[in-house]
Amino acid sequence: MTLLEVRDLTVTYPNGAAAVRGVDLSLDSGSKLGVAGESGCGKSTLALALLRLLPAGTEVGGEILLDGEDVLKMRWGQVRAVRWAGASIVFQGAMHSLNPVHRVGDQIAEPILLHGGAGAAAARKRTGELLEQVGLPTARARAYPHELSGGQRQRVMIAMALACDPKLVIADEPTTALDVMIQAQILRLIEQLVSEQELGLIMISHDLAVLADTCDRLAVMYAGRVVEEGPARAVYEDALHPYGKALSGAFPRIGDPASRFAPRGLPGDPPDPSDLPSGCTFHPRCPVALDGCEVEDQWLREGAPGRRAACVHVGAAVRSTT
Amino acid sequence: MVSEAVTAPVARARRPRTGTGYPRYVAAKAGGAVVSLLAVLVTGFFLFRLIPGDPVKTMTGGRPVSAEQLAAYRREFGLDLPLWHQFTDYCGKALTGDLGTSYQFRTPVIDKITEALPNTLLLTGTAFVLYTALGMWLGTRSAWRHGKLGDRLNTGLALTLYSVPSFWLGLLLIIVFAVGLGPIPGLFPTGGMESGGKEGFAYVVDVAHHLVLPVITLVAVEYGQTLLVTRSALLDEMGSDYLTTARAKGLRDDLVRRRHAVPNALLPTVTLVFVNLGRTVAGVILVETVFSWPGLGGLFYQALSVPDLPLVQGLFLVFASAVIVMNTLADLIYPLLDPRVGR
Repeated sequence: MTLLEVRDLTVTYPNGAAAVRGVDLSLDSGSKLGVAGESGCGKSTLALALLRLLPAGTEVGGEILLDGEDVLKMRWGQVRAVRWAGASIVFQGAMHSLNPVHRVGDQIAEPILLHGGAGAAAARKRTGELLEQVGLPTARARAYPHELSGGQRQRVMIAMALACDPKLVIADEPTTALDVMIQAQILRLIEQLVSEQELGLIMISHDLAVLADTCDRLAVMYAGRVVEEGPARAVYEDALHPYGKALSGAFPRIGDPASRFAPRGLPGDPPDPSDLPSGCTFHPRCPVALDGCEVEDQWLREGAPGRRAACVHVGAAVRSTT
Repeated sequence: MVSEAVTAPVARARRPRTGTGYPRYVAAKAGGAVVSLLAVLVTGFFLFRLIPGDPVKTMTGGRPVSAEQLAAYRREFGLDLPLWHQFTDYCGKALTGDLGTSYQFRTPVIDKITEALPNTLLLTGTAFVLYTALGMWLGTRSAWRHGKLGDRLNTGLALTLYSVPSFWLGLLLIIVFAVGLGPIPGLFPTGGMESGGKEGFAYVVDVAHHLVLPVITLVAVEYGQTLLVTRSALLDEMGSDYLTTARAKGLRDDLVRRRHAVPNALLPTVTLVFVNLGRTVAGVILVETVFSWPGLGGLFYQALSVPDLPLVQGLFLVFASAVIVMNTLADLIYPLLDPRVGR
């Protein structure tokens, strides 16, 4: 059953920056989708757009169907009801996403009291259960965020995201700023909780290896668009799009001597969303660009069964340029 | 704290994280306050010895007085003693609560102060409550809708009134609302605290009537500062990630503001509020003078023009102590407002 269907989503900030330019995504309940890309490619904007959390004055177009209802057409009251209860976000808890002056237990209980209509005692009990679920002692509910380590804060963030039993969890860079051991713990925890509770998960990261490890499918974003999409392993190991190739090449593979000597990384900077290159936005950095790429925009085309990429070198166009 | 962390890191790491922190913090802050008070005691004595003019000559008002009489006065007030002797005398007495005898009133300084203090507190306390509430309320609203027309009007008016000299505004209000101007009748008394001869409820109404204009003057010139500090403190928090978290939870906008943004923005505002609270004791020399209010500000003015050294010193000590005590209280309240402070 389709949990989330995003159709032709566009986001333009008040300063004219086109952060998201026509993204289609689809997610079944119980499945895990990774969204990868460099900073500034629009992946976090995408996450905020799903719950209409972007600043006032931002133009959002397209459709976001959550359980068949278009979030973009809802009244604010409905949007607030959907927030956290329908879909929640795991922010970068290691940084500043928890309120420094409130105890973490109160912060976890807050959405329970708000959406569940539960009493204070019930909310406290549920908070304790949630903390245990993410591997923290119940007594930590009385701690303030600054008294916890980065990994513990991230666990609190996850407990908070699960507080109202949402159907969809969006994890926005959940392991950034954590050291590698803690990163692995947090990823296992998210995987375990998602599979136990049959949640839909959208995980956003710049780390392709992390996403390939955790998710079923992977979407690679560049300059506000999905440029490659397919089964996670396949995209990571054998990308069709030259940007996907560069991104997975940026991570050395242990035990593969060839990858250590292969040229990696990508010259140049990600494009400025308010001043995008013409044609295929990737052409100025593309190692295999043709003359026509400067002029002709590319959309996702079928590359292999279940795999699509937006590159002139890939298969036949599945969508006409509109 | 620092040296302890260096010498005994293990012991520190083993200590529970909460509980022991606060008493220690209180002791440190109280100790600092005592040191400040002693500094004020010393400064107060020497600072006012620098005022030009011989108090004994001023007291005699330029009348021809024989050298013997002058010497007698000097002896009476202890001015013939060496300076260090005067200083130890003054310190010893001050510590027992005796601030000396006023040169011009010939009464104990402490009596003059306790007499005028309630009048000042009535005026400045009323104004303090009003301008703090008004400033914080408008400042919060302004920050939340920053850049909008309401914010610009609000901030503009606050800045204008903040820049207005209080005595000028006071005089203006007296001319328009006390003396009466054109069709406006004189609605309020021009000065003083009471008309006299009233008792009970009538007395309360009478004093309230006298309070109106000076309080309006004070509120008008003071609320701007609180507004601006509250506004900028809240603006600093506006882009914070935890506010996005709060919105993502589905909280209403006003709850996001009240429950999440304002508590984080309180620290700078609370500092200002307590500094202002300390200042309420010092009264407001200009406004009290313009409205002939029988408070500490007016008393300070009279004492300075003599110079009535014991009275000046006593008032200085009381004013400075009030500010120090209030600042210390603010320090003690911070950890309760923000768990990151002082643990």
